[in-house]
Amino acid sequence: MKNMVIRASLKNWFQLFYVHKFPAAGFKTTADGAIILQSVSNDIYQNLAVEDWIHDNINLENMQVLFLWRNLSTVVIGRHQNPWQECNLKMMRQKNIKLARRRSGGGTVYHDLGNINLTFFTSKKKYERMENLKLVVKALKCLRPQLDVHATDRCDLLLNRNFKISGSAAKLGRTAYHHCTLLCSADRFLLSSVLKSPYKGIKSNATPSVPASVKNLFEEDPTLTCQIVMDAIAAEYAIYHQIDHHVTLINPADETVFPGINNKTKELQTWEWIYGKTPKFSISTCFNMVYKHSFLEVKVDMDVKHGRIEVCNINLPEEWLPPALCGELEKNLIGSKFCPSETTALASALLRSCPQDYEVHRRWNLFCENMTTTLM
Amino acid sequence: SSTQICVCHTRSYSSVCFLKSKYVYAFDKSAFKFNHQHRLFRTSAISKGQIVQFKLSDIGEGITEVTVKEWYVKEGDSVSQFDSICEVQSDKASVTITSRYDGIIRKLYYNLDEIAYVGKPLVDIETDVLKDVAPEEDVVETPAVSHEEHTHQEIKGHKTLATPAVRRLAMENNIKLSEVVGTGKDNRILKEDILNYLAKQTGAILPPSPKSEIIPPLPKLETAPAAPKDKAHRIPVPISKPTVFTGKDKTEPITGFHKAMVKTMSAALKIPHFGYCDEIELNQLVQLREELKPLAQARGVKLSFMPFFLKAASLALLHYPVLNTSVDENCQNITYKASHNIGIAMDTEQGLIVPNVKSVQVRSVFEIASELNRLQSLGSSGQLGTNDLTGGTFTLSNIGTIGGTYAKPVILPPEVAIGALGKIQALPRFNGKGEVFKAQIMNVSWSADHRIIDGATMARFSNLWKSYLENPASMLLDLK
Repeated sequence: MKNMVIRASLKNWFQLFYVHKFPAAGFKTTADGAIILQSVSNDIYQNLAVEDWIHDNINLENMQVLFLWRNLSTVVIGRHQNPWQECNLKMMRQKNIKLARRRSGGGTVYHDLGNINLTFFTSKKKYERMENLKLVVKALKCLRPQLDVHATDRCDLLLNRNFKISGSAAKLGRTAYHHCTLLCSADRFLLSSVLKSPYKGIKSNATPSVPASVKNLFEEDPTLTCQIVMDAIAAEYAIYHQIDHHVTLINPADETVFPGINNKTKELQTWEWIYGKTPKFSISTCFNMVYKHSFLEVKVDMDVKHGRIEVCNINLPEEWLPPALCGELEKNLIGSKFCPSETTALASALLRSCPQDYEVHRRWNLFCENMTTTLM
Repeated sequence: SSTQICVCHTRSYSSVCFLKSKYVYAFDKSAFKFNHQHRLFRTSAISKGQIVQFKLSDIGEGITEVTVKEWYVKEGDSVSQFDSICEVQSDKASVTITSRYDGIIRKLYYNLDEIAYVGKPLVDIETDVLKDVAPEEDVVETPAVSHEEHTHQEIKGHKTLATPAVRRLAMENNIKLSEVVGTGKDNRILKEDILNYLAKQTGAILPPSPKSEIIPPLPKLETAPAAPKDKAHRIPVPISKPTVFTGKDKTEPITGFHKAMVKTMSAALKIPHFGYCDEIELNQLVQLREELKPLAQARGVKLSFMPFFLKAASLALLHYPVLNTSVDENCQNITYKASHNIGIAMDTEQGLIVPNVKSVQVRSVFEIASELNRLQSLGSSGQLGTNDLTGGTFTLSNIGTIGGTYAKPVILPPEVAIGALGKIQALPRFNGKGEVFKAQIMNVSWSADHRIIDGATMARFSNLWKSYLENPASMLLDLK
């Protein structure tokens, strides 16, 4: 079946907004309508904003939506997770991999263009994760009947019984959505290294992720590309909801179609959302520094709330650094963001108001570098 | 539409007859716009509300228990219907629980990370119940409602009709539904009504004309970051925002890097600054850079004007080393620094930070450009380390990329001098023959520590620096 990908006209869209009326012409005149959307953007924040926007603005009493999207390299953490526990933030900064916090629960995932995201929007009454996953399995089996894929009761999809190819999460509010990933041709090695946290000594009630062995569909069958898989799922969804197999392309930056969406995109990018929504945690760690043939042990304890340092205790070898300077650092760190660039800028600024000594500078820099690398 | 609002209000008050007639007639829409920051409510007729137990409703999929992950309210907060109360999590689903009532939160039944049960009480809400009693006196005006407070959506007895999505849109934009004219059935407020209302608000605090013109919003101001002297001239335009009557000042503590900078700046102002300004004609340098840009690009380096400014400064510092010094706290000892570690002010997420290029005296212009690229790249990705941010001995601040000509820069301790570079402008000047030509002019504003640097030294340093830049070929003579 050829699929037609059309650009929705603005007029169509405005009719969809006020869907407390019945669905406009163009859909089958069943009581329930459905529509398939695909994002032209690969920006995680824009795509998450689309989910927010649909959740807030579309009346889903008689309507369901399937949203297909892919992103450039990003790590996405769940609503109540701790990024320091879940991923290697330092590596992500170096490799320019973004970090996003989604509004649904669940664990941490890695996205790149080889991963498909599917979001199923329904009313709260029609919220049914297993149904959605069965649909995905059916689509894959339609495509390649010999594929061994099944859904577990944890709402994961497994390939060959052992390898996770999809994880799910959901958000319930006024309406509901269930979204899941699907690994087609993602960078598996980058995925496993970036989802390994190097930060030790964190105590937190944040939702932990459950690590799993993963595999790409592409590795099982090299002819399976993201586009083919997305088309198959869209086709299956269209059959299930008795609608035409039309996939409407949407631009998440278009304010005329999605009024207010750019504000949502901005909010998802703020530090306050990504890091500040981390549940309260404490970090207690030791690290060693080598300085001029001597071995120094440093102990740092911090409490972090809303992503900011609430309590700070640093234990350095006595007199190795001017105590006044260390005291200033601890004092200034309170209320400061738990963030390496903020801490580095702060520590460097403090050095300006202290007597100039080459030795002190060297030690200070060594200590600050070590601290930010080990903790943040 | 202005008539409608009047009708609404007069209708609500007609049974009460406490408003003087001239107040009612004066109550047209323009007056209302200025007054609408004041919330009108009746003072005497509110009875004590009843405590309602708000139970955790069914979430679906047979779920019986959830974990409370975040509270959006605390005891004593007032809430409106559909406001978010808390976030709970169950098996990878995050659920926002919203209030079913208007009222005041009186009790939270769970702490964070506790298990909450479906069907059991989550919070107690005291709901307001307005009695049907005529008040004896005129209404009281209250200060503007801020974004944090919640608007009650009742005009004495009349509930404004709107779907939850429309209410949310109104709340997000600080719009009181009572002020929006509904064009739907039964005066129901539709999304278009909110959008129309918003469009009228944008741009100015003006009484709307009778013909309901939509005032187009002004374009936004774009601030360019302090990049190297590559100019993308932008015309600054005032920022426009929809007029929102918030009225609440916001106080927050100064933390982190800003707090440390307060200390630095306080120390800086103890230094007696004196200023010295000059204008530099950069025509030859502009041409030279044009020639060298592709060469640098071929080596993978972006070449701005800054590497030339830094190198010229370093060459000049060799002749006037007192500008590359540091004094102790009581100004008793002066240290002549061997290395020229020249700092460049950089605009980042943290604010204006100053990484420095080490040992400019032994680096070529190309090497300086390469270093600047590295620092820029680290700066924009928040990866600058302490080594790059400390040890500076002299600073150049390129404020000109944002705008401005003259400045009065503040010296960054423990340094003793700083230069602020204005933007390069094309201006008419006279050449040696008395002819007018198009000159590329940049202004420089120096500040120096007057305890150890005198005006003459500063002027001579500036002249030498200027001569290197106005005749780049002369730099060749002194290059080491």
